[in-house]
Amino acid sequence: MNTTFELPGSYKKWTWGLIIVGLVALLYGLIMLHPFEHGHGEEHIGSTRFWAVLLQNSVYWLLTVNAAMFLICATTMAMGGWQVALRRVPEAISSVLPVLGSITFIILMILVWGGHSDIYHWVDKTVAESDPVIKGKSGFLNPVFFTVMAVITIGGWALLGRKMRAMSLKIDENGPLTYEQGKRWIWNNTVWASLFMVFFTLTVASSTPWLWLMSIDPHWYSTMYSWYNFASTFVSGLCLITIYVIFLKNRGQLEYVTEEHLQDLGKFIFAFSIFWTYIWFSQYLLIWYSNQPEETKYFIERIGTATHAGPYKGLFFLNLIINFVAPILILMKKSTKRNWSLMVFMSVLLLFGHWIDYYLMVMPGTVGKHAELMPFEFGIAALFIGIIMWSVGRFLTKHPLTPKNHPFLKESVIHQS
Amino acid sequence: MAGGIKKFVVGAFDDEKVLFPAVKNVRKSGYKIHDVYTPFPVHGLDHAMGLRETSIHTAGFIYGITGTSVALGFMSWIFTKDWPLNIGGKPHFALPAWIPITFELTVLFSAVGMVITFCWLCQMMPFVKKHHFHPRATDDLFVMAIECTDKTDDAEVQRFLKSEGAIEINVQHAESGWWFGFYNRQEKLYRDENEN
Repeated sequence: MNTTFELPGSYKKWTWGLIIVGLVALLYGLIMLHPFEHGHGEEHIGSTRFWAVLLQNSVYWLLTVNAAMFLICATTMAMGGWQVALRRVPEAISSVLPVLGSITFIILMILVWGGHSDIYHWVDKTVAESDPVIKGKSGFLNPVFFTVMAVITIGGWALLGRKMRAMSLKIDENGPLTYEQGKRWIWNNTVWASLFMVFFTLTVASSTPWLWLMSIDPHWYSTMYSWYNFASTFVSGLCLITIYVIFLKNRGQLEYVTEEHLQDLGKFIFAFSIFWTYIWFSQYLLIWYSNQPEETKYFIERIGTATHAGPYKGLFFLNLIINFVAPILILMKKSTKRNWSLMVFMSVLLLFGHWIDYYLMVMPGTVGKHAELMPFEFGIAALFIGIIMWSVGRFLTKHPLTPKNHPFLKESVIHQS
Repeated sequence: MAGGIKKFVVGAFDDEKVLFPAVKNVRKSGYKIHDVYTPFPVHGLDHAMGLRETSIHTAGFIYGITGTSVALGFMSWIFTKDWPLNIGGKPHFALPAWIPITFELTVLFSAVGMVITFCWLCQMMPFVKKHHFHPRATDDLFVMAIECTDKTDDAEVQRFLKSEGAIEINVQHAESGWWFGFYNRQEKLYRDENEN
């Protein structure tokens, strides 16, 4: 068994290439879009666009890497054994969280304390006083509460995730565990996984998306919104895990991972793509049915009305095609889920699809009809991908890739899906 | 319908670990395994017996697509052609409102269709009867039935099964297919075989 893994040169080239592309895009934004001359109206649209793109990418990629730790904790709590052979991959991905968390935190703080009312309308004190709807929510939507919640949320994910990773890495140091030690370790691991899960539910599945994304449209609300965010990022997290598993397998690592594990990852991606559609449709159907102006506004901003097509109509349906039609038709067959190349293709496609999904959450409420999907938007995405690749690569080279003393490793080796 | 009366050599095994090599060796020796009856699903036995992968999921997909089209077709015919109603000012072709029903009918068609197909493939329907080779196949024994042709020397097959570790071996003349009706007919055949 290889204890250390050397990153191939192409991986490093891609990492630095993406980061450089991203930095060029960021520099372009800083110079050409005048991000610090913010305000409402068309003359300040460059600043709005700059910060909206940063918000979209940072929240999307942060929640995506956090979903990797969710997978570990969910399978740990279910006493699942199948994922142990590839467990180091989600651990590596979740190790990016402190980096992306800090970046997201800085961006959110600039938006809230820098008075960016073009992104978050409620930041403006005069609006918060005069608008009765926003005034009613001001106990919740105010900079202090927002900051405290962001600190607790990102800090909690980072600390609990760190504990889970540390526990997993610690049993690698010594020889195999005895029966009693293994039993105690599994119990401790399950307790910590449950703590993470409770915290995850209270943040990702309820409060975080309300504050970070739904408050872009402070007049509008949806009780499905947080679940919708969770479903979206869990699919992307699974896709990221799948890509890394296949990458490492191609490099001759992860010797116990077989098509059986790949098929299980495929099943997860398939199932949660359908779950995403279910949540998406539940949100749409209720708003379509009750047809109340303050609710339909959200969709009119995106698809427009029967007589007047909105600027996001094409992306809106592309979103459904990529994230629902493609997985249900392509991933339904067992042979697809066992095909390494097709799984890479589907993972990349879905990562892009859910990136578009987040684009559709952030852009209509901020830049509105001036939205662009230009090299700048993709450049910022490249920056975040580069940071994830750099950070995951560091974890993969430092630690053994198979948790050889995990009590459930044998279960994973003989796993049949 | 009926497969006709055939001669079978039946061996009963009391252990999975003995059964697997036995199945393998019987196939290797060129005997035709009619079927293996087990008290519970045995993982990997289908591979050992050389059965092909089931295509019931393809059938399920076709049933599902049928359900989707039936639901969408029927509802759009009713609400746009047959009996258009103004419901809350919504358009007559109100696709979002039909999605839940379409989903339910897709699930219903594929589920019921697959259950019926499964029963059909396993020849398990109400009133369908098959010969039981050994009553303890539903309790604690793994029962292998080997089909004999005119040229098969059943004494040799019995010796072979004995060497493979079968704990109970006999020869039965039985209906190889299925029939509608009662089990009286089978009891008669069973008696015939015991008289030999």
